[in-house]
Amino acid sequence: MREIDVAEIRDAVARLAIDACYHLGEDVVGFFERAVDEEESEAGRDVFRQLLENATIARGGNLPLCQDTGLAVVFLEVGQDVHFAGGDLGSAIDEGVRRGYGDGFLRKSSVTAPFTERKNTGDNTPAVVHTSIVPGDQVKITLAPKGGGAENMSALSMLKPSQGRPGVVDFVVDTVAKAGPNACPPMVVGVGVGSTFEGAALLAKRSLMREVGSSNPDPVLAELEDELERRCNDLGIGPQGLGGRITVMDVFVQDAPAHIASLPVAVNIQCHSARHKQVVI
Amino acid sequence: MNRTVATPLTDDVISDLRAGDRVLITGTILAARDAAHKRLVELIEKGEPLPIDVAGQIIYYVGPSPARPDRPIGSAGPTTSGRMDAYTPVLLDMGLKGMIGKGYRSQAVKDAIVRNRAVYLAAVGGAAALIAQSIEAARVIAYEDLGPEAIREMQVVEFPAIVVNDIHGGDLYEQGRMQFERKVGS
Ligand code: SF4
Repeated sequence: MREIDVAEIRDAVARLAIDACYHLGEDVVGFFERAVDEEESEAGRDVFRQLLENATIARGGNLPLCQDTGLAVVFLEVGQDVHFAGGDLGSAIDEGVRRGYGDGFLRKSSVTAPFTERKNTGDNTPAVVHTSIVPGDQVKITLAPKGGGAENMSALSMLKPSQGRPGVVDFVVDTVAKAGPNACPPMVVGVGVGSTFEGAALLAKRSLMREVGSSNPDPVLAELEDELERRCNDLGIGPQGLGGRITVMDVFVQDAPAHIASLPVAVNIQCHSARHKQVVI
Repeated sequence: MNRTVATPLTDDVISDLRAGDRVLITGTILAARDAAHKRLVELIEKGEPLPIDVAGQIIYYVGPSPARPDRPIGSAGPTTSGRMDAYTPVLLDMGLKGMIGKGYRSQAVKDAIVRNRAVYLAAVGGAAALIAQSIEAARVIAYEDLGPEAIREMQVVEFPAIVVNDIHGGDLYEQGRMQFERKVGS
């Protein structure tokens, strides 16, 4: 049994929020650097130039990459030999969000009573927390600020099993087509296939934590990812929807066993401001 | 090629702008998003005066991040324009001349742009730290209680944008995509 003070979790969450919002991942920066030459559309190349400059200014000036610093999505992988001490874990995570978003001059975008008053909570709490229990005595925290523009273009469908692979492909491509410029392309597309209604959505979101350019170890899924990427790029939407070859930076697919009657497909759209940072305690 | 335009936008400049033109905007613009639009249109429906005059103005759809004490503004990129579609035609009919945002507009908005000789421009969504460099001053002029959604007046210098919908019916999102689309099986 290892004891971890929740204050440590709180401080880590605060640091991760700021780090994620200021410092674009090397994987995405590297993609932009290649795309500035590879994109055929002139307007598209100009978009990549601006995005590279934006990442440099954000990094150097301690400014958020995007004004929409999202809701704080937190993946917690808790080793089963860990005991949390010093207070309530959930409150510690929210306190971390409160401090990170406050100290980092990040935007507070969380509203209560979503279909009536829509009153800003003022500190970007609550965090959206997904916890899994794993072997070991460590805690892995991944924090992903998730902006509204791309999240709003995400979709889930309970397909008929008879629709099979072509049904999955059509639904993903159709969702990306509808997202278009609204989701700040080039996008990262997270796809969850199988499990239940909420399980598919979680698979899709979790897959967005992969590095841009990484390949799927499962050859069947890797092939599906390649086809989806090609089909999405053939849409011609391009950077910012101005027309071009590069509509998506990557497509990630994660699957899980489904009910004999079901084929759930969730498509979680991530904009180019693909922000996520992690730490192991 | 970038062309520079000054605010307020004149009809001459607007009729010259075409979908796909890159522009650098200098002058005064207003900033407002969802909640502020809702309040403005509610006032219009009740026949009450607005706290701002939209005639001749450009509205930038933005909810900036908080400014550090030594800076005029935080990061300030565009938000999705489609959420303002329900409110935009009535503002255009009152003389609004331009909108800056990102993403598709409804047919009703495009029609109102043509009818009122206005223009819809896109800024690069997510290039918010870069765009903030072209905002020299900003102050809240209405609805302070809305926080990031308050209405602001901004002084901008060479603010980078691209024309999406013009008065000639041009639509960059449609034209751009058509140029690069590859149909399945082709
Ligand atoms: S979709 Fe992403 S890049 Fe675009 S405004 Fe929202 S958070 Fe920023």
